[in-house]
Amino acid sequence: MKYLKQFGIIIFISFIGELMHGMIPLPVPASIYGLVIMLLALVSGVLKLSDVKETAALLIEIMPIMFIPAAVGLMDSWGVIRPRLAAYAVITVVSLVVVMAMAGRATQAVLRWEKRHKGHSIGKQVK
Amino acid sequence: MAGMVADSAYFGVTVSLLSYGIGWFLNKKTGMAVFNPLLISITLTIPALVVGRIDYDVYYSGAKYLSWLLTPATVCLAVPLYEKLALLRSDWKAIFTGIVSGVLSSLLCVLLLSAAFGLGHADYVTFLPKSITTAIGIGVSEELGGHVNLTAAVIIITGVLGNVLAPLICGIFRITEPVAKGIAIGTASHAVGTAKAMEMGETEGAMSSLSIAVSGILTVAGASVFAQFY
Repeated sequence: MKYLKQFGIIIFISFIGELMHGMIPLPVPASIYGLVIMLLALVSGVLKLSDVKETAALLIEIMPIMFIPAAVGLMDSWGVIRPRLAAYAVITVVSLVVVMAMAGRATQAVLRWEKRHKGHSIGKQVK
Repeated sequence: MAGMVADSAYFGVTVSLLSYGIGWFLNKKTGMAVFNPLLISITLTIPALVVGRIDYDVYYSGAKYLSWLLTPATVCLAVPLYEKLALLRSDWKAIFTGIVSGVLSSLLCVLLLSAAFGLGHADYVTFLPKSITTAIGIGVSEELGGHVNLTAAVIIITGVLGNVLAPLICGIFRITEPVAKGIAIGTASHAVGTAKAMEMGETEGAMSSLSIAVSGILTVAGASVFAQFY
């Protein structure tokens, strides 16, 4: 019954997420509403970690394969991409590298600054 | 016979899993990042469908059951995030600074490059949400008058590239803190990149999951402002 219960809870939260997506006029997908609901349920203690843990681990482990169908769908987008392939490719690759570098370096810079300047704050204990 | 094979609801799933398995095997045997299972799966499946004259719609009629799992799987990303909540409490300034820096540099980068290549306004807004999760990105593109199909394609390509290149980019820019790696990967390459972050470690995965939601929501606001600039 363990997996049935866990899967049931996860699917139910996905369903609530879809209802919210349908009712709230914002471009926020059902999955993000669901993620927030799941997090709130865990933080508030409505759900225990043991209520979802194993099934969540399974779904996260096999997550990469869930992107295959959409990625294979690129075969139908080739006609839209081809006319300006070079420009599109440069924008896609350059911005990926810039964003990853900027987000990572900025996070790291603040982390290290805090470590140096507030060595005795709560930040150190949690680590 | 060919019709019978392709019509089975299990055909698309089998092809997807088999090609992913081949990619995984190559990756394990060679240890080379270019043999990324997701990338290998795509580069094997597309030619297989083209050679076998199988329409994407036919493949998708089976493979859609894999996509169906994406919403519950994304919901489950809350679990590792919950397990790392203490980190979010202690490092929230660094985390927030990192995600905001990433979102702003994404919008700015697309603005500068679109101007450099002389793209039209519709093309420009198509690329603005390129770093965020597909479902939010498509909504943003539609709202601003972009080409929704192109946005979806670019988001997927960005995610796959992020998944493949994340270890390399983090290495080059000496991003070594697990929290910083996670924020970098999630902000730049949404859920597809997060799949790689999950493999790197629990902290990387949790921070990457958090970035998907936060950067997605910040981009909704940021893109509508940036759309006025060009």
